[in-house]
Amino acid sequence: MIYRETGNFVTNYFKDREIFPLKFDKIIVVLGLLILYLYVPTTSEYTLSAHVIPILAVGLATVGLNILTGLTGQLSLGTAGFMCVGAFSTYNLMLRMPEGLMSLPVALLFSGIFAGLVGVIFGLPAIRIKGFYLLVSTLAAQYFVWWFFNSYAWFLNYESSGVVAIPPKMYDYWGLGNLLGVDMQGYPARYVLALTVCLALTYFAKNLLRSNTGRNFMSVRDRDIAASVMGISVPRTKLLAFFVSCFYCGVAGGIYSFLYIGNVDLMIYEIDRSFTILFMLIIGGLGSISGSWLGAIFVYEFPIVFTWIGDTIFQGAFNTAVVENVSNMVYGIFIIALLIREPGGFAALWGTTKQKLRMWPYPH
Amino acid sequence: MSKSLLKVNNIEVVYNHVILALRGVTLDVEEGRVVSLLGANGSGKTTTLKACSNLLHAERGAITKGSIEYNENDISKTDAYNLVKDGVVQVLEGRHCFSHLTVEENIMTGSFIRENPKEAKQDLERVYDHFERIRIRKKSLAGFTSGGEQQMIAMGRALMSRPKLILLDEPSMGLAPQLVEEIFAIVKNLNKEGVSFLIAEQNAMVALKYADDGYIIENGRVILKGKAKELLERPDVKEMYLGVGAEGKTSFRDIKYYHRRKPSFS
Repeated sequence: MIYRETGNFVTNYFKDREIFPLKFDKIIVVLGLLILYLYVPTTSEYTLSAHVIPILAVGLATVGLNILTGLTGQLSLGTAGFMCVGAFSTYNLMLRMPEGLMSLPVALLFSGIFAGLVGVIFGLPAIRIKGFYLLVSTLAAQYFVWWFFNSYAWFLNYESSGVVAIPPKMYDYWGLGNLLGVDMQGYPARYVLALTVCLALTYFAKNLLRSNTGRNFMSVRDRDIAASVMGISVPRTKLLAFFVSCFYCGVAGGIYSFLYIGNVDLMIYEIDRSFTILFMLIIGGLGSISGSWLGAIFVYEFPIVFTWIGDTIFQGAFNTAVVENVSNMVYGIFIIALLIREPGGFAALWGTTKQKLRMWPYPH
Repeated sequence: MSKSLLKVNNIEVVYNHVILALRGVTLDVEEGRVVSLLGANGSGKTTTLKACSNLLHAERGAITKGSIEYNENDISKTDAYNLVKDGVVQVLEGRHCFSHLTVEENIMTGSFIRENPKEAKQDLERVYDHFERIRIRKKSLAGFTSGGEQQMIAMGRALMSRPKLILLDEPSMGLAPQLVEEIFAIVKNLNKEGVSFLIAEQNAMVALKYADDGYIIENGRVILKGKAKELLERPDVKEMYLGVGAEGKTSFRDIKYYHRRKPSFS
């Protein structure tokens, strides 16, 4: 067998803590990274702009929501609102800070912090309320943020149309593009930045899951009373979860606006985006980082792929709108079937498959 | 030998397609008897009961082999709520009272399948006669009653459907020894009225004291069965489950010896 879990002897504590303890996993990760960094940027601009970058952006937001909902058990529907905060603060940081001080990666970081702080404010009710009531209060965050940016035109630099196209000079990165001779506004460069941010934050999230903080999050999710009896400050943990989660959402919002669509627009951060991200989370599997990515890829790609298949098979015999509607129906049925079969989503499906493969060919 | 009411034939239960919880449990509840199912934590007592009352699918478990017969009908596919109509009721571990209903409302939920309201009223009195303790609390919310009272509510609720067989899961959990005795005494009284019991218990001493037959289950297998009195006398059961060992320090090998013995009936 190529994939062996046996014979992996741990001889020191550092090895014991490795994320990828198996040699085969390490090889796969290195190969994956090589493909992601060297092959994917050379694919067509369409692939990057219409498939890869949006998946990176929403996937990152899903990971963020996963930290809050999957890990800490706090339901939230404010994801798009926090993404919106991220996008607007990235824009304003780039616009208003002295040139030379801000570059897109730095602005993304700070906008993440802004979004995190907003998240903490709207997370305050979580100290007292749980479940559906919290869902409603985060819904308030969504609407408030939307109203706020809609009411104060200052945030859009008094742009009357309500949509600001991002000026090319914001992709300057301190003249890095000129230095390397790369068009930093082009999609390959955007992709590399988005990928790097997403990989770094996913790595952080994965480690967070295995750390003391992550265990605190999970203990609050599983039984908050027991957690507080064990000396974990529940309000502090919940607010920290809100901060980290909204940080991710904020960065995702910045990526979505700056690296994907290229303009700052309030309309794309409406409530249905929050729902989409929640679906991605549920389909991917609550509490699993890789599941979040799988869910994001699936939810984003399925309608596209299905519509494409439909168009190819029927060669335009049907109206595109019909194919799209049928695709939506099939998509819905598929999700229901998946969640009946495996309520834990893709992550649980993968876990069970792995367990079955371990026992193969001698199942119970 | 009286007629067998519930017959579990060599069942195997797998959770989530991969976790093997029971690997061959065979037991037999004869009509009008109290049968205890003993075993340590995680040995599969609750799983056996849930397999009998068909509650496994809620926890993504499934019976993969074997069969369960009740009154000579296969019930491994019958839904839990239909089993209640046939006279099999499970009292769940951890009681699960409806905390926002009053004690009386809780008990009355058990008569849901009854058609004659007059009979239900009589049965309510009967339940109160058995459980004097909850008669005085009948108007208070079940969520505010104590653990022992909740256990009584749960058992009373089960009685309301006039069951032939009660599957009782850990009735002693979290209760004071005196209360445990009280509950088992009620079990014995009910048994005299013709209700059979299958009791999963950790408290082997009490369970065997009040039971007619006993099964000891370990690692998902029945390793020992017999009359409760005989089980009580066995030195290995005394050693492992009752905590009254033979004189002096027995070697570890001696303690474990009966685990290797093949059950006589499988």
